Amino acid sequence: MSRAVELRNHPRELHHFRLRLAIGAGFVLLLFLLLFTRFFYLQVSQQEHYHTLAEANRISISPIVPNRGLIFDRNGEILAHNYSAYTLEIVPNKVADLDALINELSSVVEIAARDRKRFKKLMDESKRFESLPIRTRLSDVEVARFAANRYRFPGVEIKARLFRQYPKGDIASHVVGYIGRINDKDLEQLEANEDLANYRGSQYMGKIGIEQSYEKELHGLTGFEEMETDAAGRVIRVISRTPPTSGNNLTLSLDIKLQEVAEKAFGERRGSLVAIDPATGDVLAFVSKPGFDPNLFVDGIDSENWDLLNNSIDRPLNNRALRGLYPPGSTFKPFMALAGLELKKRSAQNGINDPGYFSLPGSTHRFRDWKAGGHGYVDLHKSLVISCDTYYYGLANDLGIDNIFNFISQFGLGKKTGIDIEGEVSGLLPSQEWKMRRYKQKWYAGDTISVGIGQGYNLTTPLQLAFATAILASKGAAFRPHLVKQVHNNRNGTVREIVTQPLYTLDLNPDNLTHVRNALIDVTRPGGTAALAGAGAAYSFAGKTGTSQVIGMKQGEKYVESKIQERHRDHALFVAYAPAENPKIALSVLVENGGHGGATAAPIARLVMDYFLLGKLPEEAAAKPVSQGDGDEHAHD
Amino acid sequence: MTKPLRLWHYLTRYVDGFLLGGILLLMLTGLFTLYSATDANLNRVTNQALNMLVALAIMWLIANIPLEHIMRIALPIYVAGLFLLIGVMLFGEINNGARRWLNIGVTRIQPSELMKIAVPLMMAWYFDKHEATLRLRDYAVATLLLLLPVVMIMRQPDLGTALLIASSGFYVLFLTGLSWRVMGTLLVAGAGSLPILWSMMHDYQRRRVMTLLDPTQDALGAGYHTIQSTIAIGSGGVLGKGWQNGTQTHLDFLPERSTDFIFAVFSEEFGLVGNSLLLLLYLMVIGRGLIIAANASTQFTRLIAGSITLTFFTYIFVNIGMVIGILPVVGVPLPLISYGGTSMVTMLLGFGILMSIQTHPKLVKT
Repeated sequence: MSRAVELRNHPRELHHFRLRLAIGAGFVLLLFLLLFTRFFYLQVSQQEHYHTLAEANRISISPIVPNRGLIFDRNGEILAHNYSAYTLEIVPNKVADLDALINELSSVVEIAARDRKRFKKLMDESKRFESLPIRTRLSDVEVARFAANRYRFPGVEIKARLFRQYPKGDIASHVVGYIGRINDKDLEQLEANEDLANYRGSQYMGKIGIEQSYEKELHGLTGFEEMETDAAGRVIRVISRTPPTSGNNLTLSLDIKLQEVAEKAFGERRGSLVAIDPATGDVLAFVSKPGFDPNLFVDGIDSENWDLLNNSIDRPLNNRALRGLYPPGSTFKPFMALAGLELKKRSAQNGINDPGYFSLPGSTHRFRDWKAGGHGYVDLHKSLVISCDTYYYGLANDLGIDNIFNFISQFGLGKKTGIDIEGEVSGLLPSQEWKMRRYKQKWYAGDTISVGIGQGYNLTTPLQLAFATAILASKGAAFRPHLVKQVHNNRNGTVREIVTQPLYTLDLNPDNLTHVRNALIDVTRPGGTAALAGAGAAYSFAGKTGTSQVIGMKQGEKYVESKIQERHRDHALFVAYAPAENPKIALSVLVENGGHGGATAAPIARLVMDYFLLGKLPEEAAAKPVSQGDGDEHAHD
Repeated sequence: MTKPLRLWHYLTRYVDGFLLGGILLLMLTGLFTLYSATDANLNRVTNQALNMLVALAIMWLIANIPLEHIMRIALPIYVAGLFLLIGVMLFGEINNGARRWLNIGVTRIQPSELMKIAVPLMMAWYFDKHEATLRLRDYAVATLLLLLPVVMIMRQPDLGTALLIASSGFYVLFLTGLSWRVMGTLLVAGAGSLPILWSMMHDYQRRRVMTLLDPTQDALGAGYHTIQSTIAIGSGGVLGKGWQNGTQTHLDFLPERSTDFIFAVFSEEFGLVGNSLLLLLYLMVIGRGLIIAANASTQFTRLIAGSITLTFFTYIFVNIGMVIGILPVVGVPLPLISYGGTSMVTMLLGFGILMSIQTHPKLVKT
């Protein structure tokens, strides 16, 4: 049928088609003519011009690396800067016998064993035609001596370069981070982001911390020079120069003096402290102990130091504040208490009788309180002050996991806070849906009970705990924690402030908040679990102690600190904000294997708050014992 | 017939000699240029010669299949291609910031390459089916068949391929006799949607357009390519610097000189005369393609032949245009000359179809 129709219409259609085809052919000819015209223009009219460019003098474009932006703390103290120095560099593929050359070089310029090791490591990571430093920071004498002997060393050159330096050393090393040589993986990333052109000539980029996360701000715009070179590639003259634009300077919200006080307060202990201004989200201190010296990484770290850092059981390269996952323990209780009040499962007036354990109806399993025999009559206030477990076992059961999850995730636990450095982990606030996804198992009522005291599946980072505490301190306003406060544009001199609008504000009953906040103040007063750390404070502060288990205890077994290996001891936790009425600082402290929160973590918080609020340096406060006196039950939680 | 003669007959029965001649001459030009562009790297040249042999074998195979069979698989190929594109959107591998490849276990494939043939096949098939009663609605459906894959490919993002497929589809529409008024409206609508297109573009695509307007703006990136290729071409002059004597090429100034920018190498070494001969060679192949289209017997074969030929032209124009700095830098190879196997195969697949149309007995004599 259709074929018949086609035959009928055929001649007219074919004519139509051929007409169109002819138009297409005309189109082809026209555009080819256009190409030819352009050929003619380039190859005949402008031939001389291009001939000059290409033949007599060749233009080469060489990049000019911009100065990297500087990093300051909130008071203008410098945390990362550049200095110019001479380096001695070798291009490996221009040298036949490297070892012999380096031996010979060492007669002119001092080359230590460490320099050789570092150079070896650099060679493994780089391409053969890259110029690699064998010695940095040459003295003027050394520069002169090498210059006189230069003819002996083809493939070796002296270069003036800008170097990055971190004057504070390991203080705040996890925040500031470091730069390092650009490797293949970085190159792939740059190419994917179409940034490669701006990195022609750059040898370094941020690898971790602020240096990495704010790479785009810090790097600056690469300039370039158009140069005429002769046939052998020697520069004849510079045709044009587009100067580079220095990277932007950053002012952090960090107070480096406070940071120093905090890091010193840890002494040799491992752990983390995060302090936040609850009214803005400014991160005032961000400690992960132990730290490392970022200066070691700048020119490529030598293998000895690298092994030392990388294989240490203290894991100094691990950013505990950002990536360490710990059960929140009893620091979870204030949020549980608030949940109980807000969802009307508890009231401030009524209490329970604590026999020292909790059992689910119809079960013989006993969830034990930390105090054998129990605390007697316990109301909400007392439950926080003495950190009663039984109260929260029952509350967790009454709330149910869905309520706990929905209420407490508003405080940011179990999800990323969105802080402005890379690598944050989300932690875990368990839910029915999560357990099904992770374990393909339904949620049991028994799972909920230990969640109520911050154990069970719970995992948080010290940063999340500080964030949650800051929300409590600001009566529900949540500000995204941020480390960078201002970006100073080096091109036009403008300053960009990081805006501090609350992400959201929780709608909490003021009475309920007051009940919880008053109890937290009494935690730091005589009778509370942090009474020791609160003693003699010139301001009132609110806090909550916590312990998180490192190894599980069998039913009926008793935790005896002295019998447990140091690494298996519980982690000590403390969250606090001060002054209690109008908080200026909210913080979380974690001391790994520190035992009781009240004994080891709270005193560190006290030192930090004393400095921040009173300007009191720890030397003056050092008369007070920091870590002992935890024989009695108050120190437990 | 003697045995060898019979074999010869069997081999050449469905091959169009004129077309094959043009293709072989272009390929030879490509190999010589590649030899110079790679600084006499015989490995690369042998590799490319192998690519060409594989592509020629595929062309021969396709040429032996009567078009009725190819017509039958137009719809399944198109649908499969669409599903693969959706697959890329969902599970594609990200490479250099673009999501173009799909891992199907044994190998990785690039479905957008398949669509270069599948889209014109599908549209031609559709118009052939509705030939008797072509209404505006049919054009709308055909346009939809075209836009669906084009938008998906643009979002990968792969602007070059999307552009080529869009033009191959446009040629089908154009050749079916879409009225000038409608085309004019489409053109105006297209111009009106430019700001929308701009907002859909990725940063690097915008930068490429900006670079075209002012190459010095990005003198270290894409602009550098254009600056150096113009110098190469301009300095070539009328007669060129001679084979293997291009200074721009051999002093490492020209980027991507064996792939997308190979024309600059050719032009620097063979000059305006070489360029003109190359254009004539291309014109020969295009002309033969158009003649095949004009003589084709069914709506389907006519549209396919026309679209394949004009798309071939589009490749040439877009590539040379970008190298001489009148079009933005999009990743489109110079057909039959640039180094690379995939585009060679796609190209010769198209020529295989042209040959099949020309050499198989026609249903309707004209």
